[in-house]
Amino acid sequence: MIGPRSAGETKGSLLPADQEITVPIASELDIVAARQRGRAMATQLGCSPTEAALIATAISELARNIVLYAKHGEIGLAITNGGGRQGIMVVARDQGPGIADVSRAVAEGYSTSGGLGIGLSGVRRLVDEFEISSEPGKGTTVTVKRWRR
Amino acid sequence: MQASILKQRDYLIANIQAALADEDLKRLRDAVVTQVGEHRARGVIVDVTALDVMDSFAVSTLRELAHMTRLRGAETVIVGIQPEVAFAMAQLGLRLEGVTAALDLEEGLAYLNRRFKRTAVRGAGPNPGRRA
Repeated sequence: MIGPRSAGETKGSLLPADQEITVPIASELDIVAARQRGRAMATQLGCSPTEAALIATAISELARNIVLYAKHGEIGLAITNGGGRQGIMVVARDQGPGIADVSRAVAEGYSTSGGLGIGLSGVRRLVDEFEISSEPGKGTTVTVKRWRR
Repeated sequence: MQASILKQRDYLIANIQAALADEDLKRLRDAVVTQVGEHRARGVIVDVTALDVMDSFAVSTLRELAHMTRLRGAETVIVGIQPEVAFAMAQLGLRLEGVTAALDLEEGLAYLNRRFKRTAVRGAGPNPGRRA
């Protein structure tokens, strides 16, 4: 859960990195919930409205992939620190069918859903760091980070 | 549903008041396509000012709405795409393709008025559309 800021904390100060939220994704209704939580976290971190919109859009696409391909899964959201920077980390996890050819799935313009999803390549353009691990029959985990500018 | 459809002369104005789930957006699309016939509308304005995210689903559903209403003989204008939403859409590679967009409701009405060569509601004079 997002807790209230502690007294005396100023905007731009280092927020604790242990804040984590997990949003279960089981239907299209959860997509909206996940991106709203992500936007709130980005705003709390001091991200600009544009950055918050980029993060919310990336979450929306990742959550949509879960609904489309795996039916259910979860979106983990956390504030992350690294190299003196702070950012938002989004982990999209499912136990769905997995992706047989990961490098093809992240290739530019690749989508199996008839053009509905813009695919993982689109999400990749919205974030600074992008990692995917997938095993056919076991599921997929996509981890993305976007640092606050 | 967090959206309403108003009729103004022979235009329909669909106003989205809050973030819509996928099913709500589809219902709005279907309602607009149906009401174009009921009201014999020639123009449709979809106001998305309240949307803080337009992802691939939202964009493809709005494109469908515009294409379906065009097949019913009405022209659609999407108005109110916020700057940060436009930025995210561009980064993501989402396009409205053949669908017209305008800055806001006023510009959307002006576009339709020009298209149908109609005198603007408030403006008098032979050259409707752009007002100072």
